[in-house]
Amino acid sequence: MTGATARAPLLELRDLAVRFTGPDGVARAVDGIDLTVAEGETVGLVGESGCGKSVTTLAILRLVEPPGHIAHGSSVRLEGRDLLALGPKEIRAVRGNHVALVFQDPLSALNPVLRIGAQIAEAIRAHESVTRSTARWRAVEMLAAVGIPDAERRAAAYPHQLSGGMRQRVVLAMALACRPKLLLADEPTTALDVTIQAEILELLDALQRKLGMAVLLVTHNLGIVAERTRRVYVMYAGQIVEEASTERLFAQPAHPYTEGLLAAIPRLEERRARLQAIPGQVPPATAWPAGCRFHPRCPHAWEKCAAEEPPLLDAGARHKARCWLVEEPMRRKK
Amino acid sequence: MSPWRLAARRFRRNRPAVRGAAVVLLLALGAVAAPLVTADPLAQPDPVRLQDRPPSLAHPLGTDPFSRDVLSRTLHGARVSLVVGVGAALLAVTLGAGVGLAAGLAGRRTDQLLMRGVDVAIALPRILLLLAVFAVWEDAPAAAVVGLIAATGWFQTSRIVRAAVLSLREADFVVAARAIGAPAAGIVRRHLLPHVAAPVIVSASLDVGNIILLEAGLSYLGLGVRPPTPTWGNMIMDGKDVLLSAPWVALAPGLALVATVVAFNLAADGLRDAFDPRTAA
Repeated sequence: MTGATARAPLLELRDLAVRFTGPDGVARAVDGIDLTVAEGETVGLVGESGCGKSVTTLAILRLVEPPGHIAHGSSVRLEGRDLLALGPKEIRAVRGNHVALVFQDPLSALNPVLRIGAQIAEAIRAHESVTRSTARWRAVEMLAAVGIPDAERRAAAYPHQLSGGMRQRVVLAMALACRPKLLLADEPTTALDVTIQAEILELLDALQRKLGMAVLLVTHNLGIVAERTRRVYVMYAGQIVEEASTERLFAQPAHPYTEGLLAAIPRLEERRARLQAIPGQVPPATAWPAGCRFHPRCPHAWEKCAAEEPPLLDAGARHKARCWLVEEPMRRKK
Repeated sequence: MSPWRLAARRFRRNRPAVRGAAVVLLLALGAVAAPLVTADPLAQPDPVRLQDRPPSLAHPLGTDPFSRDVLSRTLHGARVSLVVGVGAALLAVTLGAGVGLAAGLAGRRTDQLLMRGVDVAIALPRILLLLAVFAVWEDAPAAAVVGLIAATGWFQTSRIVRAAVLSLREADFVVAARAIGAPAAGIVRRHLLPHVAAPVIVSASLDVGNIILLEAGLSYLGLGVRPPTPTWGNMIMDGKDVLLSAPWVALAPGLALVATVVAFNLAADGLRDAFDPRTAA
C-alpha cells in the first residue's frame, strides 16, 4: 500500500465551488467541496434534491453553463492534471474519453431524431479517427455489451422505440464507448422501475469490473449506496457534511443529517405508523443559514451551531463530519 | 420509423394539406411550362381588333386591353409570384435561422445586441419601406425584390429559432452530447438544427402566401417587377379599368392569386400539424 498512497488519486476535487448569478443574488450551489475517487473505486455521493450533487458532476466536466460558473480557487484534477486549466479542445478530449457522464432520465438524454447506433458512433468518432463504418460496427458491439439483444437491428432504432431500461442501456453504451476511466453516474436508475433498477446496477457493476473504471454514483437512494459503494460522501446545502466508508457511515453516522437520512429509510421489521422524516426543507442556495447550514433542522443544535460554521472534523478511521458534535458528543440529545 | 417519416405520414393523411400541396405543385408545373404551352405574354397580335376579347378557343381566358393573351400572362405571372414568394421565404428563413442560432449560442452580450436589433427592425413599417425603395429604384430586377422582401422578413424566424436553441441548449441530450466530447459544430448540426428545422419549415411555408400577396400589392402599384413583365399584381391593375366590360382580365390573375395563397396556407398548416401533432385542431 506504500506506493498507492503516494500516487495521485484518479479524481481529486479541492475546494470546488459553483456559483449561479441570478435575480435573487448569487446562489452558491456547490460551496467548496473536497472529494477524491481512486482508480477502480465506487464512491457514493448522497443528498437531497437541490443540495448540489448534479452540479458537482457537471462541474467536473466543465459543463456548467452561464449564469453558472466555477469559482476561482476551485481545483479539479484528473490523474493529477488540472481540468480547469485546460483549453476548450483539451477538455473536449477528456469528456467521454476519460470521464463520462450518465444522466437520470434516459429518454431525455437521447436525441429523439437520431438512431441510437448513430448516437453511440458519435461518441466514438468524437475521440478516435475511425471511419463511419468502423464506428458503426463498434456501436453495435457496444450495444451488445450492454445487453441489448439483436444489437445489429436495434442500432437502427429510434429512442422512442425502446423501453426505459433499454434506453438506459443505450445511454450507458454511449458513455462507455471510449472506455473512460471514470463514470459519473447521476441518479442512473431513478427514472426506472425497481426491477429494472437492479438490472441496470448489475450491468453497471459488471461493466465496471470489465473495464476497470471508477464510478462516482450520485444518488439519493441509500439502499443503492449500501449495496454498491465502498465510500460515501454526504452532501447538504452545497457542502460535504460527512465522509466515511460505507460500512462505517451506516453503522455509526456522525452527522445528524446523515442520521436523519438513515432514519427515513422505511423498514419492514418496524411497523411504524409514520415514516421518520427530517423536519423542514433544504434552504435556497442564495441564502444558506449562518453557522452550521443544517442547524435550523437539527434536533441537537445549540447556540454554537447557529454562530459558527463547523469544519469537516475528524471522527477517526478516515471518517469526517461537519458537525460540532464530533468535538462535543455530550451535547447530543437523547 | 424516423420522426421525419412519421411527419410525412401525418401530412399525407391531412387531406386539405395534400390538396393545397397538389395545387402548389400544379401551379409550379404551369409556371415552368408556361413558355412551351402558351403564346408570348408580351405579344400584341392586333391592338385594335383583339382588345378585351372574351374567352375563345384561341385565347382561353380572353385578351387584355393591349390585346395580350390573359392565360399566357397569368401563367407567366405565376413565375414571378412563385419565384418571389418561395425565394424570399427561403432566403428570409435562412437569414432568420442564422441570426437566431448565433443569438442562441453566443454569449449574453451578442444575444442582447442581436435581439434588440431585431426588436427595432420588427417595428419598421415593412410595406412603407418597400414602397419607398422601389419607388426610387425603378428598374429593380426580380432578385432585388426577393432580396429586399427577405431582408425585411426574417425577424420573426430569428426569434423562433433563438427561443428553440435556448431551450435545446439545456436539453439533456445536448448536454449529453457535450459530455461525450462531441465538437460544437457537430452538436449544432446533429442536435440543434434537426430540432429547429420543423418550426423553421413551418414558418417559411406560412410566409410564402404572405410574400406572394405582398409582391402582388407592390406590382399592383407598379413597383418592384414592372410592366410589361406580367405579374398578377400589374395584371389586376390592367384589368381594374375594364372590370365591368372585360372582367376576365382582372379575374384570372385575381383567382390565381387567391388559389395560390390558400393552397400555400393549407399546405403550411398541414406541415405544422405534421411536425407537432399536439397543435392539430
